[in-house]
Amino acid sequence: MTAATETHSEHDHSHDDHAQHGMSNAGYIRIAIILAAMTALEVSTYYVDFGALFMPVLLVLMVVKFFIVVSYFMHLKFDNKLFSFCFYAGLFLAVMVYVIALATFKFFAA
Amino acid sequence: MSDVAVHEADHGTHGHTTTTGLSNNKVAMWLFLGSECLLFGGLISTYMLYRGRVSEGPRPGNVFDIPFTSVSSFILLMSSLTMVLAVSAAQNRDDRGTTLWLTITALLGATFVGGQVYEFTAMYNEGLGFTTSLFGSSFYTLTGFHGVHVTVGIIMLMSLVGIIKRSTIPGDKAEVVELIGLYWHFVDVIWIIIFTLVYLIPA
Repeated sequence: MTAATETHSEHDHSHDDHAQHGMSNAGYIRIAIILAAMTALEVSTYYVDFGALFMPVLLVLMVVKFFIVVSYFMHLKFDNKLFSFCFYAGLFLAVMVYVIALATFKFFAA
Repeated sequence: MSDVAVHEADHGTHGHTTTTGLSNNKVAMWLFLGSECLLFGGLISTYMLYRGRVSEGPRPGNVFDIPFTSVSSFILLMSSLTMVLAVSAAQNRDDRGTTLWLTITALLGATFVGGQVYEFTAMYNEGLGFTTSLFGSSFYTLTGFHGVHVTVGIIMLMSLVGIIKRSTIPGDKAEVVELIGLYWHFVDVIWIIIFTLVYLIPA
């Protein structure tokens, strides 16, 4: 195999890997910039009065950031659905634990 | 390499046939992360229930340094970018790039942990000990557990750098980097939740 063919082959492999996970390095950097901007917006709620929107804005930003990292950085969006099931089953149970614990304390609070 | 072998290498099965057709290591890692959701779900629930229970000592609003924690959060968030770049480099069989991005990720993680130690020290000096109040106990337990996870991640990253330099990783090197990357990103997403629920939303 010539050096040129070898380089071409490596390039193809690299391209396949990106296709497998659906993202290039430039794509990852774009995602990181979006996450940084969302974090800046979150922090701005500490300095700027958002009024009634304060809580919804923070919760929506938190959820969106969570799913962006899980979907793109952890590749769950592009990977086998079994991995999604393993993770989201745990996440669902965790949220249920939270809801049930809060409800229990609410109903049985002295 | 045959098409079958290439396919197996891409899915990280190390040439072994698995019943799911997927890497058992990767399935195990995702199951582990699912169980970790339960651990942190319990800790976050406990904190949310107890954060208003302050019989003595400072209240949450008096001890949190939001600007400082915001910078720490940003550093941890950016470590996820460097981690994913390390995974990408490993998939391209770029050992030099992989070790570089892994080292930067570990340094960013160490900066975060250093910030957490500073924060804990400052809070302790302001009168918030582990047993001062239910708020203090649940806060230190939640953020302490997270800090331990970051520290374990840093140890794994630096171990991986050492192993890559000695080229002794058995099987698919890219998959090993990816698995540790999954753990690291998980630690990051947990902090995304903690930062909002614990620090930004007042008790």
